[in-house]
Amino acid sequence: MSTPRQLAARRQLLRRLGLITPSMLVLAVFLVAPLAIMLLVSFLQPGDYGGVKWGQYSAEAYINFLYERDLDDSLVFNTDYLGIFQRSLGLAVMTTLGCLLIGFPTALYLALQSEKKRNLLLFLVTVPFWTNLLVRVYAWILLLRNGGLIDSGLGLIGLGDGALGILYSDAAVMIGLLYTFLPFMVLPIYTSLEKLDWRLVEAAFDLGANRFQALKRIILPLALPGMLAGTTLVFIPALGNYIIPELLGGGKALMIGNLVQLQFGSAHNWPLGSALAFALFSLVLLALLFNGLRQRRSTEVRI
Amino acid sequence: MIRRTPLALSVLLALGLTGTAQAAGTLNFANWSDYYPPELLKKFEADTGIKATLDAYDSNETLLAKLKAGGGNYDVIVPSDSFIQIMVQEDLLQKFDKSQLPNLKNLAPTFQSLDFDPGHDYTVPYLWGTTGYSYDAKAVPGGVVEESWKAFFEPPAELKGKVVALNSADDLYPPAARYLGIDVCTENPQDAKKIQELLLKQKDMLAMYNSDGTIERMAAGEVAMHQQWNGAFHRAKEQRDSLVYVYPKEGISAFIDNFAIPKGASNVKEAHVFINWMMQPENIAAASNFAKYNNAIAGAEQFMDKALFEDPAINTPKDKLDRLRPFQLCSPKALKLRSTVWTKLKK
Repeated sequence: MSTPRQLAARRQLLRRLGLITPSMLVLAVFLVAPLAIMLLVSFLQPGDYGGVKWGQYSAEAYINFLYERDLDDSLVFNTDYLGIFQRSLGLAVMTTLGCLLIGFPTALYLALQSEKKRNLLLFLVTVPFWTNLLVRVYAWILLLRNGGLIDSGLGLIGLGDGALGILYSDAAVMIGLLYTFLPFMVLPIYTSLEKLDWRLVEAAFDLGANRFQALKRIILPLALPGMLAGTTLVFIPALGNYIIPELLGGGKALMIGNLVQLQFGSAHNWPLGSALAFALFSLVLLALLFNGLRQRRSTEVRI
Repeated sequence: MIRRTPLALSVLLALGLTGTAQAAGTLNFANWSDYYPPELLKKFEADTGIKATLDAYDSNETLLAKLKAGGGNYDVIVPSDSFIQIMVQEDLLQKFDKSQLPNLKNLAPTFQSLDFDPGHDYTVPYLWGTTGYSYDAKAVPGGVVEESWKAFFEPPAELKGKVVALNSADDLYPPAARYLGIDVCTENPQDAKKIQELLLKQKDMLAMYNSDGTIERMAAGEVAMHQQWNGAFHRAKEQRDSLVYVYPKEGISAFIDNFAIPKGASNVKEAHVFINWMMQPENIAAASNFAKYNNAIAGAEQFMDKALFEDPAINTPKDKLDRLRPFQLCSPKALKLRSTVWTKLKK
């Protein structure tokens, strides 16, 4: 015999399941299924001119990632793809650090404003999202190009000579990445600073801390969850970004995103493309795992 | 491989034109963006009573993917020469009923038989061009460059950082092979290695690899030398008269975009009417004038803009016709070498 309490608990469970099902279905259809297809494709033989040979399995794509076949068909260690991953990783780390350096003071400034001004400033931070990213990147092309707005502006004050030479370089890619991902850093840090109990800072001052010590010992630790969230939000998309290096970069060095695109395009190697995408995916998972562990540790400390 | 300016406005215009339904049937035409004059479609509708719509795509890969997925429902498409054999192999194109294409007789002699479709069973040429390189006579030492790939692949020290190559293995690898006297479809890794060395050496001299904005860069004088399509060169020269287009003696890639009817087209008869109509000199000339590329129809020259037809970059001089190299579909093995070289070049 079930007691009324057990019945109620069961009903509660069913209701929860019913509420969870739609989101689980969305995840299954739009996340798990595509990943499963990608995994399958990465273990197939490439078709002659794109596509795959269904039913012909091979781990060649994963072997190719680290090794290449020499003339006598022996496997030789090959760092080409690792080098490209390393470069993308470096760029993503730089972007994240840059966003932190600019984003934290910005968020702190926002959090210290009066509520009315704060809302206006927050609104301004989100304005770029109203326009498609592609359009904004093209706008940067117009800004950065030789004879563009920045170049001619510098010329007006006697600094430029009509050959700025920033566009189509790594500097342009860096500017584009910083610009694109900055709001993703500012907003989470702002959220954690907004909730900050400023009496704690006042207490620190009362106890003799100077501004720097208050920042370091009180504000930074309390803003850490926001910084970690922002780091994840910036690092992951920056790592696989395709469009910004493609449009602003000089094309002399591949990034992961461009390398994957190449495999599905003129290199006609879909399995390698899928395998590379999986390697990228595992890097992302590692980053998430690291972040999750950090967060768990910081909550443990607080308990 | 995107060589058209990315304006899909033509689609909107074409949609605006198709308000009047007529009994004579309909035609769904798909072409590269900004590669077909909307007014010409209006003329086609007036001439034949067929109601036509124009859809745009941005690359051969996109078109192939659409056809493979069975989507699109196009009656006439314009794939490049490089994709014809693949599409035929994949059974995506249908054979023409040549009795409905009497204007095939208008094809200029050079185009009567093409390697990728010798009997014009599946395709007829739309527009064609070449992938050579251009330079600014005012910016190169001596003011003139030998008609060879040498200046592009091994530029003089003065041009360091002032040369741009197209950002695609399929555009850069074949001329490098030709310059070294190697078969563009070589399956020999030693040959590929020589090409790789040449490209790596050239990379130090290059400003960048970029296939977009070639017109603006040359017209503004930002760089001195640029691997370029001849139609893009023509537009750049309109803005800067000191530009020169080179037909290298080692050979220059020619590309042809072609009309074809995909399998599963619902208006096959209208598709034939359209292709036949496009092979009339005055109609194809209007397309040339719009897109700034040459066509393959004899007699079209009298309807072409004088400046366009008299540009040797567009209308290849007779003594240089033998330098043109049609597209060659390489074996998967050769293409694999090509993409390995490309990855090593950019690792």
